[in-house]
Amino acid sequence: MKVTSSRIDIAMCSQKLINSSAGALAGFEGWVRNYNDGHKVLRLEYEVYTPIAESEGRKIIQEAKEQFNILDAQCIHRSGLLEIGECAVWVGVSSVHRNEGFDACRYIIDHIKIRLPIWKKEYYENGDSGWVNCEHCAAAR
Amino acid sequence: MSKSITVIYFAIFREKAGMSEEVILTEVNSTSELFEELKDRHKLNEPLGHCKVAINDDLADWESEISDGDTVLLFPPVAGG
Repeated sequence: MKVTSSRIDIAMCSQKLINSSAGALAGFEGWVRNYNDGHKVLRLEYEVYTPIAESEGRKIIQEAKEQFNILDAQCIHRSGLLEIGECAVWVGVSSVHRNEGFDACRYIIDHIKIRLPIWKKEYYENGDSGWVNCEHCAAAR
Repeated sequence: MSKSITVIYFAIFREKAGMSEEVILTEVNSTSELFEELKDRHKLNEPLGHCKVAINDDLADWESEISDGDTVLLFPPVAGG
């Protein structure tokens, strides 16, 4: 598990999972898209508290290894400013067969999104900006 | 006895508090009591159940005890991925 302010090199990340016992590599890429909740988004900024994001991320990967029959897993998450189309998060899982890989990949990304101290600020076309979810929580009260 | 606690704010909490950290003197014993004390002062109106807390770089919960000299990290609702 790693947090980086640089572009994610997926080919290089995948190489770390090379294993002669592996028959499958399941991967997930989260991309920055150009709209959210009816707003046109120009770019995103991720704020990350790296010490806990990395330790909690390692814990999630360990849980996936214990729950699913996989060989290895990696995750990398961006911090800082990202443009539309950039990869914000990548998860890769190597396994003997595909089903376990898909299941573990899903488990890892689902838990990464709700457990890591990472916050996303969107910058909109109309000049506004806002923290994603925080406002939603406030509005839901 | 009052405790000296360093509180660190992130994301929307930092913007609302107008600072990234502060040292406070408080009588409270738990993380949830600390949050209650600070939420009125800084208008942190996000529901407690959606927020997270860490003490000295370890994730904690809202019943965790705080001690003199602790650093408490207040995390608003997260949005990774």
